[in-house]
Amino acid sequence: MLDVIKTETDNTATLTLTGRVESMTAPKLEEVLIPAYETMQNVTLDFAALEYISSAGLRVLLMGEKKSKEKGGKQTLINVSEAILEVFEMTGFDSVLNIE
Amino acid sequence: MKELFVEAKIEKLDSVLDFVRANMGECTPKAGNQIGIVIDEIFSNIARYAYNPTVGSVIIRVAVDDEGNEDTGNDCGGIITIEFEDSGTEYNPLSADEPDITLSADERPIGGLGIFMVKNIMDSVEYERNGNNNVLRIKKKL
Repeated sequence: MLDVIKTETDNTATLTLTGRVESMTAPKLEEVLIPAYETMQNVTLDFAALEYISSAGLRVLLMGEKKSKEKGGKQTLINVSEAILEVFEMTGFDSVLNIE
Repeated sequence: MKELFVEAKIEKLDSVLDFVRANMGECTPKAGNQIGIVIDEIFSNIARYAYNPTVGSVIIRVAVDDEGNEDTGNDCGGIITIEFEDSGTEYNPLSADEPDITLSADERPIGGLGIFMVKNIMDSVEYERNGNNNVLRIKKKL
């Protein structure tokens, strides 16, 4: 299960995620995240209500990171739990993503 | 040990997850989430590749060994064993190369991290070719 709520302010889209990003739900995140860079310069992903993320989700975050660079914008992750941070550290994604 | 027989289809991921979690007992959210990641990595891999382009089935077995005591199945603190058995194409996921986790965003190939995460989260991961079947057995102290 994954719910994505998108809020747009100025030049930033904020995506608030509730649930989990895995094989079944990662396509939904991709459908919202990637096109967001067409109209907004920056995307902030709020992970406060995210249970976990598997490699299918990491793949989408990496695509978003590349897209943001291509568009001269920035992708930022906020409210990342310690457990999810452990997954980023385990896979080296902590040095690829902007985590605040 | 309990068994779930399920079609190797990605749509069955939630059924597999519910089955395993129901047999883990009352564990911490962290343990439940780690098992969620592992189930996704292994089951989605079987669903995508084992029988492609046809469809087959997977048997998932779960047991919690409460350190030599009876298998109570509802007491966190034991060792969980999960087995995935399919009769698809022979594939040992442990034979895959380790991903380079030091590469930058631009250099990174997309994918290839799943089994790496499984090995990091679990205490042991074993593959066995049993007749025409692939058996992946993973264990973790809860």
